[in-house]
Amino acid sequence: MTSVADLLPCPEPVRFLDDAGQLLPGAPGGQARDRGYQLPEPEALVRLWRGMVLGRRFDAQATALTKQGRLAVYPSSRGQDACQVGPVQALGPQDWFFPTYRDSMALIARGIDPVEALTLLRGSWHCGYDPRATRTAPQCTPLATQTVHAAGAADGLRRRGSGGVALCFVGDGGTSEGDFHEGLNFAAVFEAPAVFFVQNNRYAISVPLSRQTHAPALAYKGVGYGIRSEQVDGNDPAAVLAVTRAAYEHARHGGGPFLIEAHTYRLEAHTNADDASRYRAEEEVRQWAGRDPIARLQAHLLGTGAIDEAAVAEAQQQAEAFAADLRTRMREEPEVEPLSLFEHVYAEPTPQLREQAAMVQHEEALR
Amino acid sequence: MTATETAARPATPAPGPTTFAQALNAALRDALREDPDVLVFGEDVGTLGGVFRITDGLARDFGPERCFDTPLAEAGIVGFGLGLATQGFRPVVEMQFDAFGYPGFEQVVSHVAKMRNRTQGRLTVPMVIRMPYAGGIGGVEHHCDSSEAYYAHTPGLHVVSPATPADAYSLLREAIGSDDPVVFLEPKALYWSKTELELPVRTEPIGTAVVRREGTDVTLLSYGPQLPRALEAAEAAEQEEGWSVEVVDLRSIVPFDDATVTASVRKTGRCVVLAEASGFAGVSAEVAARVTERCFHSLAAPVQRVSGLDIPYPPPVLEHRHLPGVDRVLDAMERLQWDDRPDPTYLEEDRR
Repeated sequence: MTSVADLLPCPEPVRFLDDAGQLLPGAPGGQARDRGYQLPEPEALVRLWRGMVLGRRFDAQATALTKQGRLAVYPSSRGQDACQVGPVQALGPQDWFFPTYRDSMALIARGIDPVEALTLLRGSWHCGYDPRATRTAPQCTPLATQTVHAAGAADGLRRRGSGGVALCFVGDGGTSEGDFHEGLNFAAVFEAPAVFFVQNNRYAISVPLSRQTHAPALAYKGVGYGIRSEQVDGNDPAAVLAVTRAAYEHARHGGGPFLIEAHTYRLEAHTNADDASRYRAEEEVRQWAGRDPIARLQAHLLGTGAIDEAAVAEAQQQAEAFAADLRTRMREEPEVEPLSLFEHVYAEPTPQLREQAAMVQHEEALR
Repeated sequence: MTATETAARPATPAPGPTTFAQALNAALRDALREDPDVLVFGEDVGTLGGVFRITDGLARDFGPERCFDTPLAEAGIVGFGLGLATQGFRPVVEMQFDAFGYPGFEQVVSHVAKMRNRTQGRLTVPMVIRMPYAGGIGGVEHHCDSSEAYYAHTPGLHVVSPATPADAYSLLREAIGSDDPVVFLEPKALYWSKTELELPVRTEPIGTAVVRREGTDVTLLSYGPQLPRALEAAEAAEQEEGWSVEVVDLRSIVPFDDATVTASVRKTGRCVVLAEASGFAGVSAEVAARVTERCFHSLAAPVQRVSGLDIPYPPPVLEHRHLPGVDRVLDAMERLQWDDRPDPTYLEEDRR
């Protein structure tokens, strides 16, 4: 029987790097050390850094595409780069991922084609990638409803004996939804290998964390369900990777679900349509910009000699080329066949849908 | 004989009549036996066998990995099922009662119904959501809702309601085999109805309405819990008024069988729609509108609706005032302009 102490998160978020990217002496200390979180090897950290450089450039390009009218809307995750890339990179080939609408950068980290990743926000369909081929559920827009899907998928993975885990992203606002709690509870009761990763970016659009919870930290919400829980500095890429790796190991080997709260910050507004100056101070944004995950990890890797300035330039060039290619491809107007509206409502269209399709086809013919 | 061997046998009910509930149980049993990806779960469906005993013995015979109790949370049950579907399973979930299904409504409407469309057919949800529904059993509040309109209004769902033990078996088997999500509405007042039946049985497919009683003067359209009432009313109309009533069992609300309905109404020239749910913006309204659009020039009178009152489901002592009965059906038939004079009901209202 697991003791409550085993479930409780560390009293402070797990950290390896300070705000400037210096390795904290003796990191991780205290309970985090006892739990065996280990500084990831340099190769994994370099890969994570490259993924974040690429992810951030993608994010900036998507924001720019919105201004050009190429995307209907874009919820940026700039500043949450470590959370977007680290947990996804650490997934194994048999694992599944359940993202939200803010996690487009994570889709890029997952290796999904950027045009397919942006289909929802471009407005040319709801989901542009193949969930089965990519083992990635469609980005979920209703808050926290994906939590129960991840619990069920994890139970399915357990039943198939594949050793796979299901990673579920959710935001701080989402933790107030009933489905978040049902998802955690189902995963725990069925000992499903699910890892719930809460990106606590302090605001649900405008509503601050204090209106979502009175708990000392969101990580404590796992304990009541018997779920091992942890909190991590979400802007410390090394710590995010270390804790998610430990969570996957725990879930993969029959330990049941795991809840991670990552303390991070959304540097941009909720979407391009939002004005964040109405609800948060510039000084607060400046403070969080000073804890930038990419700068921190880059400083650490330059300091240890894992990368040099040439590698930095190369990574940036690669990211530029990625963005340029995306720009070019997004310049083409998406072609959506009107009759596709009827193709995937049911396996076979109902007689009523066939009638309506004929009407649309007739309208098309008259154009 | 081991539990597995017992489960492996085809369902061969004891000789004698089969109840609606037994037919459902046999359908679940046969589906579990034939397809290892079928999972049955919900509240009290395991050891207890369901509050209506529809899953009786399934956990015992197929084991707790195939038929199991879940935490008491309907959104969780439906969403968990969707998650299992991503891994290739075919979940058959039970909402314990109609009105207890509402917490799961968002999962049904926003995800189960839309996933195929959202992913252009790449991720499908072959889930059956079983739900005892409607009243007539003296149930207290929240135990007697007719919630079919909520689901029928949601594109992406099939909505089915059997009214006979044979359909209970066949439609449930078909629903479990379907690659689309099916909201399977079981009229709880009919759970104990019975008939001589040899299982397995295959009846007409989902999307097909069936003529239960042939007639030439009026078409009476009904489904689910009111079908027995429709047949009684047809007999009474014949006996008391000499009207020959054709009774059509809709069976499948989505997809809707316009062809069978239209053919019957064009033949008889008169139509009454009988449904237990409240009439306003309900399935009966949709059916009446469809018939009017398609059969206007064959109709001798406006289509009449007989439905539950537009009130919250009443307490048991007043249930009989709410439920449509034979008399209300006969009253509606009387308004079908047999003497070629307009129905005065609304004319008088206009004069006031």
